[in-house]
Amino acid sequence: MAKTVVEPIRWLLFSAGGMLAALLIPGLLVLFGVAIPLGWLDAPDHGHVLAVLRNPITRLVLLALCVLGLFHWAQRFRYTLIDGLQLKRHSDIINFLCYGLAIAGSLVAADLLLRTL
Amino acid sequence: MSEQVEHVDFYARWYKPRISRLWWLRRRSYLVFVLRELSSVFVAWFVVFLLLLVRAVSQGDREYQRFLDLSANPWMLALNVITLFFVVFHTVTWFDAAPRAMVVRLRGRRVPARIVLLLHYAAWVLLTGITAWIILD
Repeated sequence: MAKTVVEPIRWLLFSAGGMLAALLIPGLLVLFGVAIPLGWLDAPDHGHVLAVLRNPITRLVLLALCVLGLFHWAQRFRYTLIDGLQLKRHSDIINFLCYGLAIAGSLVAADLLLRTL
Repeated sequence: MSEQVEHVDFYARWYKPRISRLWWLRRRSYLVFVLRELSSVFVAWFVVFLLLLVRAVSQGDREYQRFLDLSANPWMLALNVITLFFVVFHTVTWFDAAPRAMVVRLRGRRVPARIVLLLHYAAWVLLTGITAWIILD
C-alpha cells in the first residue's frame, strides 16, 4: 500500500528535478563555475546579484531547482548504488541516507533562500 | 499442518544468479548507462555550489568576493569543468528520452518526436539566454 503511494511521487520528483536541472544548470554553471572564474566575463557586482537573488521569482525558481534537483539525485543515486554495486541487501539504509540527505539539503535551501537572504 | 510446504509457484525466485559488482564495465552501453546515472551526483554538487553562492551573497560583498576567489581555485575550477561535462551529458540524454516519455497530441495527431526534441532544445536556449541576461545585465 505505502509503496503504491510513494513510488509515483518519487518518480514525479525525479522527473521534475531532471527537467529543471537539464534546462537551468548548464547555463548557470558555465557562468559561475567557468566563465567568471576564468575571467572570460566580468563578475556582476554584489549589489546586482543580491537584487536578483532577492526577487521573489528568483527565490522560487532556485528553491525548486535545489529541492527537485536533490530529489532527482536521491532517486538516481540509490539505484546506481543498489544495481551498480549489487547492494540490494542494503537498500533500506541506502534509501534512508539518499532521501534523508535530499530532505536535509532541501531544508537548508529553504532556510537560505526564504529566510537568510 | 507442517506438511503443507509444497509450493511450486515460486521456485524461480530461489534462483539468484551472481552478478559481478563490475558488470557495468563489460559493455560500452552499460558504462554509458552508469555514467548517465552518475550525472545526478554532479547535479547534487551544483546545488551545493549554488547554495554556497547564495549564502556568500547574503552575507555581504566581502563574502561574495571570497566565493569568487574560491571558484577560481584550480581544484574548484577542475571540479566544475567535470561537473559541466556531466550536466550537459544529463541534458542531452534527458532531452533524448523526452519524446519517448511524453506523447503530445495536437488535434488528435501525435506530434512527431523530432518536434518534441526540438522544442526542448529551444526551451534550453531560451532559458539559458534569459539567465545570462538577468545575471550579466
